Amino acid sequence: MSFQPTPELEAEVNELITHYPVKRAASLMVLHAIQEQFGWISSEAVQWTAKKLELQPINVFEILTFYPMLRQEPQGKYAIKVCRTLSCALGGAYELHHHFCEKLGLDAHKHGPQTTKDGKFTVEFVECLASCGTAPVMMVGDKFYEGVSHAKADEIVGGCK
Amino acid sequence: MAQEYKLILKHADEPGYTPDIECYLRHGGYDALKKALAIQPKDLADGKKLSGAEQIREDVKVSGLRGRGGAGFSCGLKWSFVDRKSGKPIYLICNADESEPGTFKDRQIMHKDPHQLIEGMIISCFANDVKLAYIYIRGEMPEGAKILNRAIKEARAKNFLGKNILGTGYDLEIYVHRGAGAYICGEETGLIESLEGKRPYPRIKPPYFPAILGLWMCPTIVNNVETLCNVKHIVAMGGAEFAKLGTPNNTGTRIVSLSGHVKRPGYYEIEVGKATLRELLYDKNFGGGLLDGRQLKAIIPGGSSSKVLKAGEKFKLKKKDAEGKEILVETDMLDLPYDFDSLAQAGTMSGSSAIIVMDDSVDIVKALANLSEFYAHESCGQCTPCREGSLWMNKTLQRLTHGEGRAQDADYLVKIADNIPGGRTICAFGEACSWPVQSFVAKFKDEFVAKGAADEARRAKEISAPADAEQKQLEAAHH
Repeated sequence: MSFQPTPELEAEVNELITHYPVKRAASLMVLHAIQEQFGWISSEAVQWTAKKLELQPINVFEILTFYPMLRQEPQGKYAIKVCRTLSCALGGAYELHHHFCEKLGLDAHKHGPQTTKDGKFTVEFVECLASCGTAPVMMVGDKFYEGVSHAKADEIVGGCK
Repeated sequence: MAQEYKLILKHADEPGYTPDIECYLRHGGYDALKKALAIQPKDLADGKKLSGAEQIREDVKVSGLRGRGGAGFSCGLKWSFVDRKSGKPIYLICNADESEPGTFKDRQIMHKDPHQLIEGMIISCFANDVKLAYIYIRGEMPEGAKILNRAIKEARAKNFLGKNILGTGYDLEIYVHRGAGAYICGEETGLIESLEGKRPYPRIKPPYFPAILGLWMCPTIVNNVETLCNVKHIVAMGGAEFAKLGTPNNTGTRIVSLSGHVKRPGYYEIEVGKATLRELLYDKNFGGGLLDGRQLKAIIPGGSSSKVLKAGEKFKLKKKDAEGKEILVETDMLDLPYDFDSLAQAGTMSGSSAIIVMDDSVDIVKALANLSEFYAHESCGQCTPCREGSLWMNKTLQRLTHGEGRAQDADYLVKIADNIPGGRTICAFGEACSWPVQSFVAKFKDEFVAKGAADEARRAKEISAPADAEQKQLEAAHH
């Protein structure tokens, strides 16, 4: 299966490359662009990126494996990230994560990403999301939620169609 | 009574204030940039000329501005280290990778007043002959990245950015670069590696001081979001005037992120050192006190890496008496003025100016286990003491919080923590992951030992119960 970038993605990548005097520097932004469109980054996408930036595939693969936000496999349609770190934990983050896992039939003891069988949700604990004053906080995709009660959590899940 | 002093956040939370350029211009936006670009060369007594850019750099020194990211290093001094004779381009990077647990100040600036950052950056770039700059924003702030991109586009349309800025002949481009969820990218050399498209492994210093060998081996300035915003105000009011804010050697304002067990968590901008920890926690215009019926247990005063302060701890603070003689004054931890130097004297730091408050409902062992999980997750893995040490500390703390502890775990934790920092690692992450462990265990040792001992006693009982039964069976068989 080969990687088929849309013309829009290709144009976006070409634009990103112009932001840097060295092509390699665009790699993280290119991977973001690919993930935004496809939801994850396949090994074919790595090959394509490497070719585009005149790199060896390992140069791209090694950053794909390092950064927690980059995905090597498809995720659920809605990616739920619950902040785990101290201020949020003091504000009930563990209970919130537990609540999501219980509601969606996932293992509350696992901190890493877990996807529901129907592929609709991925739930994971992430480290500090930098909004500690409104704990507990979470994200669904790019959307940010603060002071999330269990009732609010149910509402958020209910709103994911 | 201590008051908020809003310099950076002057407009951010005003009703009707929006992040677009028209609103910013209505509030005097980009006036400081125009002022900076118009500074005329100054003749010096020795016949030399000081360019406008050089005058701004001098003024930043005069202002006493210290970095707002965590280290509190003099901004003027940092700029003075830049190699300006290499013939290579000079780059500036805004460190917007805000990810020190407890900190959420830069988020407010970028989301609510992005042009203030852009203006501060343009002035800083102009002052340092920078033609290309980046904002490295953490990946988990996609909204922030969009807002900044929009702001940059607006600024370019008004010719505050791009070619021949406002007809002065000065060119500058700023691009937004997104991280992807790695705390280590906040370390400036790790950030540079990440921007270059590599794994963010911090570089060893020497020789890789960013001011000399930074981005693409060129001289590079890396400044925090709030630091760069301050540059705008230094130009607007003058360095000497800026230095009157705050306290000596701790000038200007700081945005304090307050979280944890207080009634009013949030961000509060104060003149540096003009409020004590007690005021920040208890005053009704700040934290508003602890939750009802609770007692204070501990404070993490400057982001999760800073050493914890225990309620009731006393420190000897250097102060000047009426005749200007230096004396030592015993000071309760709550009476520490919130600034760089007082917290350093108390053996900790104001770091990223993030206070995490813990009341007596907190299991201190569990709190440290939470932080250790963070550091074990975020160590980049380049240096063995940090990679292994952060992992072992986390494993030990996880067993302590899951009923598998040992009484000697407290000493074991300190032994590991003592063997990570102090020049054994390339970057300061080694210190950052050790300080919480060292300070939590030193100040709350009883709780760590008691927890481990209780686990041991319980396990001994579980082991001896089946053994007793076996012994009885044997005895029965012999008779």
